[in-house]
Amino acid sequence: MLELKNVETYYGNIKALKGISLFVGDGEIITLIGANGAGKSTTLMTICGITPARIGDILFEKKSIRSLEPNRIVSLGISQVPEGRRIFPLLTVAENLDMGAFLRNDRAEIQKDLDYVFTLFPILKKRIHQQGGTLSGGEQQMLAISRALMSKPRLLLLDEPSLGLAPLAVQQIFQMIQKINSENKTTILLVEQNAFMALKVAHRGYVMENGTITLEGPAVDLLKDERIKRAYLGL
Amino acid sequence: MNIFSELKKSLIVALWFVFLTFPIMVIRVNTIEKIIEWRWRNMLIIAIGSFLVSLLWRYLLTRKQTQTDSQLEKRPLSQLIFEEPKVYKPILVLIGLFVVIFPFIFSSYQINIMTTALMYVMLGLGLNIVVGLAGLLDLGYVAFYAVGAYTYALINHHFGLGFWTILPVGALLAAFFGILLGFPVLRLRGDYLAIVTLGFGEIIRLILENWNEFSFGPSGIAHISRPGFMGINLNLNESIIYLYYLMIFFCLITIFVINRLQNSRIGRAWIALREDEVACQAMGIDKTKTKLTAFALGATWAGMVGVIFAAKTTFVNPASFTFLESAMILSIVVLGGMGSIVGVFIAAMILILTPEYLRAFSNYRMLLFGAVMVLMMVFRPQGIVPNVRRFYRFRRVTSNPGNLYDKSS
Repeated sequence: MLELKNVETYYGNIKALKGISLFVGDGEIITLIGANGAGKSTTLMTICGITPARIGDILFEKKSIRSLEPNRIVSLGISQVPEGRRIFPLLTVAENLDMGAFLRNDRAEIQKDLDYVFTLFPILKKRIHQQGGTLSGGEQQMLAISRALMSKPRLLLLDEPSLGLAPLAVQQIFQMIQKINSENKTTILLVEQNAFMALKVAHRGYVMENGTITLEGPAVDLLKDERIKRAYLGL
Repeated sequence: MNIFSELKKSLIVALWFVFLTFPIMVIRVNTIEKIIEWRWRNMLIIAIGSFLVSLLWRYLLTRKQTQTDSQLEKRPLSQLIFEEPKVYKPILVLIGLFVVIFPFIFSSYQINIMTTALMYVMLGLGLNIVVGLAGLLDLGYVAFYAVGAYTYALINHHFGLGFWTILPVGALLAAFFGILLGFPVLRLRGDYLAIVTLGFGEIIRLILENWNEFSFGPSGIAHISRPGFMGINLNLNESIIYLYYLMIFFCLITIFVINRLQNSRIGRAWIALREDEVACQAMGIDKTKTKLTAFALGATWAGMVGVIFAAKTTFVNPASFTFLESAMILSIVVLGGMGSIVGVFIAAMILILTPEYLRAFSNYRMLLFGAVMVLMMVFRPQGIVPNVRRFYRFRRVTSNPGNLYDKSS
């Protein structure tokens, strides 16, 4: 579904991604784990076209999306839940969700997706006319995920959904991620600090360090890997 | 509040003011008799005055910070007026009646300044799109106003085309200039954007002032035709009344359109873009297109008002389009409350009408203006009538509002 071939991204003169290659298959949950500053978020931003790649190629469903504008990429079916949620605090929950469906015009379908999102996160329905900024952290994360789902993505990019959430809320969010994956066949690329939780829900995983991928493999194997245990799981 | 320390602070303020104003207010050198007069009484007045003002200032500030929940629960007057149909319907009817009969009870001077105020309402609402909704600080808004005015003035001068023909042309040309300004500033935000737009405004004015062959320079263009009314020749008084009703009509259209825009998807995209650009891009909102639409639509309104301005005064020259004008329009938006239509309306009325009625204090106009601005920003930064969107309040719910983690705990 998605393939990165030797991608390099720069911030000014600083090389943030030093040749990343990864592959995401149809219907998979892939996780990207690593320490702070490893380049995980940059990878997602590069896929979205917000910080475009300078070298290498990005293929989505066999077509290059490397030089496309972010809005074109979203319209192809890739949607991102940015790090730190970044919902629109002054817009209501309903308006936030409507912004997610910005590129769509099929009202009936949008309503259907809205209903679906509300079955996933019923609390949002109760908060529908409340401003986004007045929600709690967990609710904001649900809103951010729901907003991304409103564009009806085939590939959902999640950037640290567990950031700043209570353990129970983290569990709930991860359950929902699995549910979205299994019910809609939405492919998910999940960036996480919480390596243990991420590897438990994912099918395969990539480990990033300093802008390169150092390890990859099925999530079950990575969970058992000695180096990962020492570095990320604290075992 | 510790009264002693507050008194002490006010005392220091008073002393400082006495020191600052000492050379001007106390010493007076009489050059004829070669003596120095010491006006100690002035010093006393300044000391007491500044002491009291400082005390009042501190009192109001503390009161603002220590407001408790029970005081906040009371809905502000503005909200009460706008949310209760029983209150706002009669008010609307009254305003409507007043607007209709206004030209028949007041002199043409009054009608004239009311028309000017209405023009600023339109300008304020137009700038409101750019500054209030899209959050792009535009200090050169007057440039688009000038584009509209000169479009009408020049075309009318050279080809004799009438008001109604040029109105859409002026609007479109201003929109085009809006896009022209929009392109280079797409990546800029905040201070940098403000500087570039400021420069843009000055460029347009300087071109008009110096390109004599094109714009007739500082002497301007005179004898521009007034708007026609179905081919009937109006005398001066009639045309003033006609322009007044025309402005009312345009204002109503503007309010209608802006109101629709605010609640449309593009309006929300503007607000979203103001709040978080990256999130917007992740949602597939085209940043370029959205920003340019904001600039273009904002400029359209300025262009239209420009055409009306040229038709109203029958004379344009670059002096009407200085930075001060931009600052005035921006003040209307900020004072009224960013993004609030009613607020802009009220602020335009206050800022344009009060100087006219306070001619007696014309020397102190700018002083008062500055003081009002400072006071507003300290005590009511959200504007006279804040945009309702920002005033969500939790309504007390009696039943359990459904805690997210109830089931799991």
